Amino acid sequence: MEKSEHFRLYHEMVVIRRLEEKAAELYQQGKIGGFLHLYIGQEAVSTGLISARRPEDRVITAYRDHGVAINCGLSAREVMAELLGKATGCSKGKGGSMHMADVHKNFWGGHAIVGAHLPIAAGLALGDAYVGNQAVTMCMFGDGATNIGYFHEALNLSKVWNLPVLWVCENNLYGMGTAVERASAVSEISQKALGYGMPSRRVNGMDLMEVRQVASEMIEQIRQGAGPMMLEAITYRFRGHSMGDPERYRKPEEVHRYQENDPIGIYRRYLIDQKIGTEDELNALDDDAMAVVQDAVEFAEASPEPAPEELYTNVYVEA
Amino acid sequence: MARITMREAISQALWEEMERDPKVFILGEEVGVWGGTYAVTKGFYDHFGPDRVRDTPIAEAAIVGSAIGAALTGLRPVAEIMTINFAFSAMDHIVNQAAKIHYMFGGQMTVPLVIRAVSGGGRQLGATHSQTPDAIFAHFPGLKVVAPGTPADAKGLLKAAIRSDDPVLFIEHATLYQVRGEVPEGDYIVPLGKSTVQREGRDLTLVTYSKMLEVSTKAADQLAREGIEVEIVDLRSLRPLDMGPVLASFKKTNRAVIVEEGWKSYGVGSEVAARLYEEAFDYVDAPIKRVAQKEVPLPYNRTLEQSAIPGVEDVITAVKEVLHG
Repeated sequence: MEKSEHFRLYHEMVVIRRLEEKAAELYQQGKIGGFLHLYIGQEAVSTGLISARRPEDRVITAYRDHGVAINCGLSAREVMAELLGKATGCSKGKGGSMHMADVHKNFWGGHAIVGAHLPIAAGLALGDAYVGNQAVTMCMFGDGATNIGYFHEALNLSKVWNLPVLWVCENNLYGMGTAVERASAVSEISQKALGYGMPSRRVNGMDLMEVRQVASEMIEQIRQGAGPMMLEAITYRFRGHSMGDPERYRKPEEVHRYQENDPIGIYRRYLIDQKIGTEDELNALDDDAMAVVQDAVEFAEASPEPAPEELYTNVYVEA
Repeated sequence: MARITMREAISQALWEEMERDPKVFILGEEVGVWGGTYAVTKGFYDHFGPDRVRDTPIAEAAIVGSAIGAALTGLRPVAEIMTINFAFSAMDHIVNQAAKIHYMFGGQMTVPLVIRAVSGGGRQLGATHSQTPDAIFAHFPGLKVVAPGTPADAKGLLKAAIRSDDPVLFIEHATLYQVRGEVPEGDYIVPLGKSTVQREGRDLTLVTYSKMLEVSTKAADQLAREGIEVEIVDLRSLRPLDMGPVLASFKKTNRAVIVEEGWKSYGVGSEVAARLYEEAFDYVDAPIKRVAQKEVPLPYNRTLEQSAIPGVEDVITAVKEVLHG
């Protein structure tokens, strides 16, 4: 991988981190409404995965979608503007935190009903297979989604129809506040792929390079017609499920232990150890990321509210 | 114009649209090798092949969900849900995904999807397989809901639904498949969201749709022999609901009865009656009445089941009550 690509990925991760820290502040100030599910701690999964895609490959995820949006190429400005519900947001202020998308960047959302986007992902892949596109759909979801029926219907269908889907489970050990082993009959989620005759791999989701390496291999196999596969990335969210989570289900020591394995820190150390970047270069990227986020906040705050008539647009394509 | 059955009309619309546009394909339970549980897609699998006539697992969320995904990529899937009772297993995908995606992402995604589903009771299938829950689906903005009562409308509305860029729930009635009617050949389109006067009359407005159009027409024939001339407005689309012809007729007759097969509470009749009171109160000469299903889960026993579903006599009684107080 080129140095510039490494720097781009590092920069993206830091942008996501700073953007979400800023979002948490704005939420506390009442400038962001509804739910706000932060991706902090999990950035390496999405950044590594999406760095392995080609532009024609589709990405779809659940409601913890800010980072995925940035990785798919949405600007920090349109993400922040969407959080503030502004007309300049990626979904025109109608979607909010959980419903970001940009189809021109092949990012298909941002879906808030647990597991419901998995059958939709199968359909995206079907669309490509139907017209002969050599594209792969990457569908991201949490460990909690593997206990709902949609997961099983979608995996089964994808295998029966040999659809080009990479199912990516971000196992952050908790579905909201319920630990995986309290909710799932098998806590090694990748085993669930066996029931559908599907190959699966398990990676350290805190290590961008590992996620990227394994995802690249799987994506290319799927592109060659190997059929759907499942990737389980073990990760951890440093913040609560959403804002206002009392976190009674885990101890602060546990959170601190994982924070010592910060995915940004791991990648930074890798870049330095491999002599890809210097402290100074990476510090400059950190500074730039902060500036990008600051600019996004200023842009979002200065952006107009949606026009009142937007209430009635887009209900139907044809009135 | 050929005189064909409702089944043939629906089949013809599907066939012609698939011939016209390679992006149109069918998916659902037993739509392919079997030829369709109600034989609507008989012969399609052999002609169009397994990629365009796709048998699915018995998994309604996967059927509708994958159809949504395919529609997002620009295809025009026609998903068949064997009966509308099974649509509850895909409820999230119908009302929470298909109906909202265009709006929720600010208009950047479209879902040109048709869901065909068979509704209605009267065949002794018991409580879980006999429902007419059309109104539930019509509750949701973002979804279009149509339910034809004649073979010609079935053909024209299905073609319009397939060509629409919006998600459309196309409701067929199980006991209308054998009904015959004149159906225009070739490219015949009936626009979505347009109700129509099916029979003219001066004394009272009967508002109805789907199977109850047949029942209402029989009632109108009998009433005509007694000198009572009712006007029948067929809604055809439940959402968007076109009140134009209903209001025009009501302003002429000043009396209305609404006939639907589903339950009365929170139903189509409730909606139409409320709109008439809201939009034409000055024209009301008598209380508006609703004829609808008895508020019970439908029983298996034939006599009991028939007594719960609105029939010709129920309509005649309601009309006379409104006319004579």
